[in-house]
Amino acid sequence: MMPDRFKTNDQASPAVRPGDKSEKDNPEWANGLRQLYDSVVEEPLPDTFKDLLSQLDAKA
Amino acid sequence: MSESERTASEQADFKRELTGVVPHLRAFARGLCGRADMADDLVQEALLKAWAAQERFQPGTSMRAWTFVILRNAYLTDMRRNRFRGEYDEGVAERILTAPAGQEEPIHLSDLHRALLTLPAERREALLLVGAGGFSYEEAANICGCAVGTIKSRVGRARAALNAMLSDGDIPQRSLDDDTAHRAILEELDEVAAGNGVASRS
Repeated sequence: MMPDRFKTNDQASPAVRPGDKSEKDNPEWANGLRQLYDSVVEEPLPDTFKDLLSQLDAKA
Repeated sequence: MSESERTASEQADFKRELTGVVPHLRAFARGLCGRADMADDLVQEALLKAWAAQERFQPGTSMRAWTFVILRNAYLTDMRRNRFRGEYDEGVAERILTAPAGQEEPIHLSDLHRALLTLPAERREALLLVGAGGFSYEEAANICGCAVGTIKSRVGRARAALNAMLSDGDIPQRSLDDDTAHRAILEELDEVAAGNGVASRS
């Protein structure tokens, strides 16, 4: 779904898993914050977006 | 300068990258305005603006950062028009709470979500970019058009506020600056006082 090129400079991908102890400086909610964000990133894209993206070329 | 200077393959690259960042735009927008429906409207608006402005995108730079700036500007414009107030979306938090099993501590994400929405918009935004989006302070400063020190200070204040709210369990029920609701109530009262209450309106 995501182009590889984007993935490489994307530090938001869940490289740091919730509960990862390397995040020891962070309070408990810090993982929750990432979970809130990642849960939206991982949602399937609604059709409205697929439609919009497919219509973009006509607007160039 | 002219649109014709972009080749078809450059345009295809742009579109592929733009498509790739849509999930991130949705996540950032949801964090900014707190409501899924409004967030998606905002993302659609940002996508159209990004597409229209594609000549200004430098290939090889971060599409995510570039589109976040566009999304953020759209959000701020709408905020000024009072379209968004950080409203708590009960459904989203519930779905998140019940959906993914397997995390270690069942941290109260609905509390966190509510606490986030009580933060001033610029602190919430800074925390989202750095703490959830994985941007560096420098990148976040570029996106917000402010100094790195300003971002650090906003993130620090946001963290301190969340620490305090979540450790004390003292989270306001609604956004603190919900003047829209207050104004609506006052206007209703004025109507009633003027003898134009609901009953006399039919």
